[in-house]
Amino acid sequence: MPLSPAITNLEELKSHPALALLLAWNPSAVEAVKYDRDEMTIYVDRSPIREACAILKDDSECEFNFLSDITCVDWYPAEPRFEVVYHLLSISKKERLRLKVRLGSSSPVVESVTAVWPGANYFEREIFDLFGVRFSGHPYLRRLLMPEDWEGHPLRKDYPVEGYR
Amino acid sequence: MAHLTPTPVLEPDQNRTMILNMGPQHPSTHGVLRLILEIDGENVVRMMPDIGYLHTGIEKTCEAKFYQQVVPLTDRIDYLCPLTNNLCYVLAVEKLLGLEIPPKAQWLRVLLNELTRINSHLVWLGTHALDIGAMTVFLYCFREREDILRIFEMVSGQRMMTSYFRVGGIALEPPLGFLDRVKDFASRFPARVDEYENLLTGNPIWGMRTKGVATITAEDAIALGASGPTLRASGVDIDLRRDMPYSGYENFKFNVPVGTEGDVFARYLCRVREMRESIAIVKQAADGMPEGPIKANAPKVVLPDREKMKTEMEALIYHFKIITEGFAVPAGEVYQAVESPRGEMGYYVVSDGTAKPYRVHMRAACLANLQTLPKMCEGRLLADVVAAIGSIDIVLGEIDR
Repeated sequence: MPLSPAITNLEELKSHPALALLLAWNPSAVEAVKYDRDEMTIYVDRSPIREACAILKDDSECEFNFLSDITCVDWYPAEPRFEVVYHLLSISKKERLRLKVRLGSSSPVVESVTAVWPGANYFEREIFDLFGVRFSGHPYLRRLLMPEDWEGHPLRKDYPVEGYR
Repeated sequence: MAHLTPTPVLEPDQNRTMILNMGPQHPSTHGVLRLILEIDGENVVRMMPDIGYLHTGIEKTCEAKFYQQVVPLTDRIDYLCPLTNNLCYVLAVEKLLGLEIPPKAQWLRVLLNELTRINSHLVWLGTHALDIGAMTVFLYCFREREDILRIFEMVSGQRMMTSYFRVGGIALEPPLGFLDRVKDFASRFPARVDEYENLLTGNPIWGMRTKGVATITAEDAIALGASGPTLRASGVDIDLRRDMPYSGYENFKFNVPVGTEGDVFARYLCRVREMRESIAIVKQAADGMPEGPIKANAPKVVLPDREKMKTEMEALIYHFKIITEGFAVPAGEVYQAVESPRGEMGYYVVSDGTAKPYRVHMRAACLANLQTLPKMCEGRLLADVVAAIGSIDIVLGEIDR
């Protein structure tokens, strides 16, 4: 199965229920979209991410009630440097959706979604630990995997694979 | 990991409660899990898991390897189901490449994955029963596990760190007699499951230690991100093999056991029934194994056969280039999830168009399942903590990565 090119045109994807829902709620929240390899990605603005998640979770049409995963990608030295990636799953509709929030290196802060899914707790702590992205409103934002006194954030691209010598 | 600050959050009420440190060397924590417990007499008031003792930075290491070199690393994540990890990673890369996998390779992958599931569940059942005090089951389970490990050794040369799957297919044609051995095991195994059930399911002591213990509701389990048997035992009917099929699972018939109670016993029953379903899938795969190639037709990605390499110039060049330069993967990103024995195991692979992955992230089912542990244990007896840990089937290698 040869790869078909990614669709990034907002107009073409408007019929996707999750995208339609977000556009109807707040058109300025959607920055961009991408449909690639049968996976839907919506780039959401930083400030309304928690509300966007809550709406996608509670809407009866979409019902993305399960948070599969949150992770982060570091695009150093490009700006905006960080992409926080949310993978949502709808248990009833058997659909997946990816949300992305882009953050600049000067203030990598995004609102925590622990209020929507308590299960986001460890995922966000892990990102804070390994990337140094902070989550405002997180109940207990401390290092998860690395020792408390560790310096630096190992999964950043400017952190050497062997660690600092 | 908070080992420098012994009690990070839990400040005990000096008059009534005390802090108890459990692990990381406690035998029933299945590895190096540390639990900080605030207890009031025998009752757990609060619990905080402390993890990271096994963190090896696998995600960082992946970024410095070629795509094909990541496969052996994935074995080390969840060391009880290495083939499931292999599968999830190669499926993600194949999706990035747009590769089509021949049916025989898909069926072999399914067969080996279900054997892996049984292997993992056997270790879980043995150690879980041992933790609660049923010693005999452990010996029974490891007897059958040995058979499965011998089958793995037969196909891959390794008992545990198999690394048998490759991007674009599988490493080697299985040796002669492999399918007979699998069929022989599949015919014997259901009677062995009966043996385990005879020892445990109707056992009143087992019932008292597990029924109504460490309950979690479906709403809580979903909110905390639990998956796999931990979620299904609470009554949520989702199994990625059936609902979002991958690697040809749509060709197999099987039931998904779902519990209702959400307690330790329900999770036990779910997993034991899953073993019976898995062996049914193994039988179907072994009986209907299609003929044909085991590698995709993609010379720039898949290593050529040994024989071709010795006789054809072109094959030799491709071999040399794949080994020395790797293969470039078109830019993009993919999230591939499979149903591991513990739940939703997901690989998020980002490619920037080069021969090394830009980012590989593993969604560890155990990490999310571990978050349900405080919910299960708080307000319950200290002795139930051990039963609860066993019932969510944690593997610390996967949690810490």
